[in-house]
Amino acid sequence: MDRQIRRLGAVMLAMFFILFAQINYLQVFAADRLADNPANAQRQLIAEYQVDRGSILARDGQTVLAVSHKGPGDLRYERRYPNGPLYADVTGYYSFIFGRSQLEQSANDFLAGTAPELLPQTLTDQILGRPKRGATVITTIDPAIQAAASRALGSEPGAVVAIDPATGDVLALVANPTFDPNEISSQDPDTARKAFERLNADPNKPLVSRADAELYPPGSTFKLVTAAAALANGFGPDSQWDNPPVLDLPNTSETLSNFGGEHCLGGASKVSLADALRISCNVVFGEVGLALGADKLAEQARAFGFAPASGEGDVPFDIPFVEGVFPDPSYFADRVPAIALSAIGQDNVAANPMQMALVAAAIANGGVEMRPRLISEIRDPSGRVIKTYEPQEYSTPLTPENARILTSMMVSVVENGTGVNAQIPGVQVAGKTGTAQHGDGLAPHAWFVSFAPADAPQIAVAVIVLDGGSLGSEATGGAVAAPIAKAVMEAALGR
Amino acid sequence: MSRAAARVRPPQGAALAFTILALVLSVGAYVIAGLGKRGHVPVTIALYGSIFTIGYLAAFFVIRRVAPLADPALFPTACVLTGLGFAMIFRLSGGLAAEQATWVAVGLAAFCGTLLFVRDHRQLDAYTYTIGFLGIGLLLLPIVPGIGRTINGARLWVSVGPIGFQPSEIAKVLLVVFLASYLNAKKELLQVATARLGPLRLPAAKHLAPVLVAWGTSLAVLFLQRDLGASLLYFGIFVVMLWVATGRAAYVVIGLVLFAVGAGLGYLAFSHVQLRVDVWLHALDPKKVFEQGYGQVAQAQFGMATGGLVGTGLGRGSPGLVPFASTDFIFASFGEELGLFGTTALLLMYVALVGKGLAIALRCSDGFGKLLAAGLATIIGLQTFVIVGGVTRVIPLTGVTLPFVSYGGSSLVANFVLLALLVRVSAGPAPRRGGG
Repeated sequence: MDRQIRRLGAVMLAMFFILFAQINYLQVFAADRLADNPANAQRQLIAEYQVDRGSILARDGQTVLAVSHKGPGDLRYERRYPNGPLYADVTGYYSFIFGRSQLEQSANDFLAGTAPELLPQTLTDQILGRPKRGATVITTIDPAIQAAASRALGSEPGAVVAIDPATGDVLALVANPTFDPNEISSQDPDTARKAFERLNADPNKPLVSRADAELYPPGSTFKLVTAAAALANGFGPDSQWDNPPVLDLPNTSETLSNFGGEHCLGGASKVSLADALRISCNVVFGEVGLALGADKLAEQARAFGFAPASGEGDVPFDIPFVEGVFPDPSYFADRVPAIALSAIGQDNVAANPMQMALVAAAIANGGVEMRPRLISEIRDPSGRVIKTYEPQEYSTPLTPENARILTSMMVSVVENGTGVNAQIPGVQVAGKTGTAQHGDGLAPHAWFVSFAPADAPQIAVAVIVLDGGSLGSEATGGAVAAPIAKAVMEAALGR
Repeated sequence: MSRAAARVRPPQGAALAFTILALVLSVGAYVIAGLGKRGHVPVTIALYGSIFTIGYLAAFFVIRRVAPLADPALFPTACVLTGLGFAMIFRLSGGLAAEQATWVAVGLAAFCGTLLFVRDHRQLDAYTYTIGFLGIGLLLLPIVPGIGRTINGARLWVSVGPIGFQPSEIAKVLLVVFLASYLNAKKELLQVATARLGPLRLPAAKHLAPVLVAWGTSLAVLFLQRDLGASLLYFGIFVVMLWVATGRAAYVVIGLVLFAVGAGLGYLAFSHVQLRVDVWLHALDPKKVFEQGYGQVAQAQFGMATGGLVGTGLGRGSPGLVPFASTDFIFASFGEELGLFGTTALLLMYVALVGKGLAIALRCSDGFGKLLAAGLATIIGLQTFVIVGGVTRVIPLTGVTLPFVSYGGSSLVANFVLLALLVRVSAGPAPRRGGG
């Protein structure tokens, strides 16, 4: 029997050898592949919630926009947003089930600690048996301005974007309706699911930021772009333009009329470019557009960052940004009247407050448009700065001289034009109103685009109130949007 | 001239040192699991700590008294496995740990009782058929209406009042004793080849009967109780012991053919057998992984992958995501929390137990003892292979326990009885009172 027992031992050893080979395969060679298996969602979730995810802070490095708290159970760290909905369109949400959005998504490598810059830290933590920690993201958001923007917008549907013209820093970014990211980011799947389903089904799309991810007709605020193109092509502020009550559009029986069907400047026979901007004269800007042609308008719009079609823009930004749209000149080849309409921000021209704030900021910054910046630096868990984002120029849509001229034209708008509601005592404010039609029977979108102080700008603001807000069809950019922009600028200027 | 005199007496103190090491590892793992999971030493430390301390030391002194020449590492190795299993069960569920602690105490008592009662393993050789009938009776007990219970699709349980147990676990040990005794007595008859079947030389048909009985019993277990794992195990042990006793390869060949036929019949007859095979082949198929039955095997793979080389640490992983984490899949729980190092150590302990068992068989001078030790070692080895292979997808999963480690009273008690028999064979007859 001994011979069989020895052979039995060899067989048993061979069987155990198979098991040894298999555990080496599973736990080492195939481990990464198994970990990434889509069916392994629960463990991926747990692994993600094991990370002490980095905070998102305001520009003061103190105000907390998003933070991870130690929670109970397997899901160790819970994501909290101490200010509820206030910064939702900046931070976005962080949910394992529904993914991530805004900064939570775009800065995820840093927040989750997977960025290569964090490797030394991660290894140290692993050796010391500490939980993996993510990096802190410092944003450019100014809590005081953000709060002022949110308060000024109140419950009006719309959005506010404020930018520091010199750096491109986004100081405030508010949209209505918004959402409380705490709900979707909850570790309780029911809470998260209910919140997500409710928000996702809402026709007003609270999860899509009206500040930078949707497009609306910019209306008369686009006259800033048309005016910039006019200045660049030899039409000065004092250039004189015919002032018919309505503008006959070429090749068609259609006409272009002024707001409320009025005759600009009391029916004067000629109107200067500066006056036309001050009182937002559609007829004159239609003429300007036709005089410049589609190529020049499109070129100017591109320089400000407008794309030929939605989603084809090239303005880098830290969260999803849908640049404004000004169609390709070929679009106008057999649609000459559309040039006049586009010059006043109608037809297929589209924008959002982020795009229009960039336009205002470029004018304010002597014609140099800075890239919008939402993240200024990344700090590792011990507070060391591991990455800094310097301000960068995006383009130069205006010469310094033309920027200065356009600024003074915009100052007139606020001093004695359509934008008087944005006046701030002791401060020179430059602005432009917009009251954008977007369909028969629909109340217009009210816009206001501005910066202050005009001679040394610290803040550029763009405001949209959709469908006239609480004023409905009575709304104008000057009546509804200008006071909101004023409140935001006051907050920035410490008034 | 007794055999005992020929034995090399193990170094004095080695057994005590091993037992204390096993105690430190057992209680240590349990404390670490508590620290890992809750951040403090378990509040049950006094109770469970004393169960292990008193239990291990009591068993050690019983061994020293009635089996002083026993292999010094056998019992401590089983203790380490028991302790690690308890730590994992504790970390998965405090309630199960309380039950398991009770079963550890009962198991150690059964170990001591067996050693005290069976003072010489050759005593058992006298009760061949009694033990055999007892074994088959226990095996078939769950089929009896009224007391049999079906749990997780298998009719393996017997409930009498509040106490439920799996008689097949004890039956397994009794059947090995029976086979060792029967085959030892009949091995000459079974070795004689009188018939030919192609290249195979077979013994007379009447001597083949036991193989067919074994096959029939396995199939009965499979068909009547729907217990794939146990069926595989019994059949494997029958064939192995038959071959060890006779040295005839024909039995292995016939055994494999019968196994293939039985497995094929099972596959055709039972949807749950088909499912097990399909799960084995397609556990990670994205189209199937969310279906019933596939997830548990997939989760076990994920858990082991999560553990990687060193594991998450006891109490720091999420082995609870794997269904049956404390029973069938407990090996995956170790894979996750102790990593490849931990699973390798566990497997090495089984290799040690099996190797020790076979070495004891080689050293034993009587045929019954040889067959008994080889059979008992085979149970441990085969059962470990069946469950670990199933959990790691080497073979289709069939539910058997991981010896000494899995949660489960019947299994733990049966394994301690099995261990006591191995210790007894290794030690030879108990010294007479006053003698040496």
